[in-house]
Amino acid sequence: MPVKRSYEEINEKLKKGTAVVLTAEEVSKMAAELTPAEIAKKVDVVTTATFGPMCSSGAFINFGHPSPGLRMEEITLNGVPVYGGVAAVDAYIGATSEHPQNPNYGGGHIIEELVQGKEIVLKARGKGTDCYPRKELETVITKNSVNEIFLFNPRNAYQNYAVATNSSKAVKYTYMGVLLPELTNATYSTSGELSPLLNDPDMRTVGVGTKIFLCGAQGFVVWPGTQFNTSKLKNDKGIPKSNAATLAVLGDLKAMDPRFIKGAVYEKYGVSLFVGIGIPIPILDEDLAARCAIRNHEIETTIFDYGDPSRPMLGSANYRDLQSGEIAIRGRTVKTAPLSSLKKAREIALELQSWLRKGEFSLTAPVASFPTGTTVKGLEIKGGAK
Amino acid sequence: MKKRFVFNFPLNSADEPVTYVLIKEYDLKINILKAAISPEKGGELLVELDGTAENLARGLDYLKNRGVGVDAVDKKILFRKDECIHCGACTATCFPGALTIGTPGWELAFDAEKCVVCEMCLKSCPLKLFAISFGH
Repeated sequence: MPVKRSYEEINEKLKKGTAVVLTAEEVSKMAAELTPAEIAKKVDVVTTATFGPMCSSGAFINFGHPSPGLRMEEITLNGVPVYGGVAAVDAYIGATSEHPQNPNYGGGHIIEELVQGKEIVLKARGKGTDCYPRKELETVITKNSVNEIFLFNPRNAYQNYAVATNSSKAVKYTYMGVLLPELTNATYSTSGELSPLLNDPDMRTVGVGTKIFLCGAQGFVVWPGTQFNTSKLKNDKGIPKSNAATLAVLGDLKAMDPRFIKGAVYEKYGVSLFVGIGIPIPILDEDLAARCAIRNHEIETTIFDYGDPSRPMLGSANYRDLQSGEIAIRGRTVKTAPLSSLKKAREIALELQSWLRKGEFSLTAPVASFPTGTTVKGLEIKGGAK
Repeated sequence: MKKRFVFNFPLNSADEPVTYVLIKEYDLKINILKAAISPEKGGELLVELDGTAENLARGLDYLKNRGVGVDAVDKKILFRKDECIHCGACTATCFPGALTIGTPGWELAFDAEKCVVCEMCLKSCPLKLFAISFGH
């Protein structure tokens, strides 16, 4: 009889400590010897993970009201501008915001330092109103001195991502790293068979309300991420062949672990943030077992030329080849390098596995499924502007 | 002893096989780490020389007498390994193979012996964990 499991059954097993929880890499290895039906019988939950630079990240913070009050309109943290257009003492620290005099330091570093418990200098100004008469302040904050601070990342955990290379005659400094001229190197940024949305490509178990590992804390998927695209071409395993779906995620920054969140800066591009995400996939049936059994050679992605502004496609590669250290592009052997940390992703998958095995983490069914048939628009330049 | 040098060859020095002489006459092992030749500036060679202190000194004197510029390379790369997150971005630009990552553990490895101090890792590390150290 085919295996059918409910979230409730799995959660009951997790509570009793009898659930079988494996990482996606462990399940991919099993797939060499077992069929999806056999895997579905043995395994209850599969942990997936990624630890990569995710620019579309940031944190909401409520500083608390000074006395007398200030309607904070221009705000900096350690000199880095943060967005103050949300009420008097709320702000959004964007990960890619940069210090005007030191572009190697920015929002991603502020977020990391807050997680580490460091003191941060807050400066704020406002025009002064009858209800908020103060016009400026300077003080020091930490994550424990403020009311709330939560990470709210609009676009994380990309389902697959491009390979970047450069056919031009000049070095290109990009968010995909330093790309040397004339197809000398190529970079990629996905943990392959361990990556969350490559293990449940139709997002049957990932939706609004899914509880996840977010930077060492328990967080949630709260919405489809920005640029959520379900219309990309798929391979015969049903996996999109380029960057497709994304997740908007949220979690309490005060509970996060500095090992799983890091500020970063890419030469001549700017500041970003490494975010650690782990997602448990419940093996509800044989179909999900087959999805989680996917292996690196069965996941393909598209190679793009970042040396040409129109960014043409130069072919495709699978993750077994990308992880081997070289791929072929236009008949040439090109050195490959990752940008996301597989070592850290494995640590996250194991950490989440340990939480689940100890009964410290339960599974949540999505309260709303993600949309289908979505595409991504470009931006039309109207009105004769150049 | 092993030491690294940059040799600058003037435009008219191509007629003498100096590397052959260094090996044959001064018993020096030569490892060429980087070479560049331009019609305007002549040639530049980054080498590692291995031999006795005496042979090294005599070999360098020979080069200087032939008009070859000799600069000792005192720079080396410092790497704050404890803070590394093992993303692998630096390996994209490390062609001497000093920085490597891969199976089974996907942990970044740094082999200082292979480093030619090209300084590309200073640009490609997103955590800025590499720096140059000057001096002996």
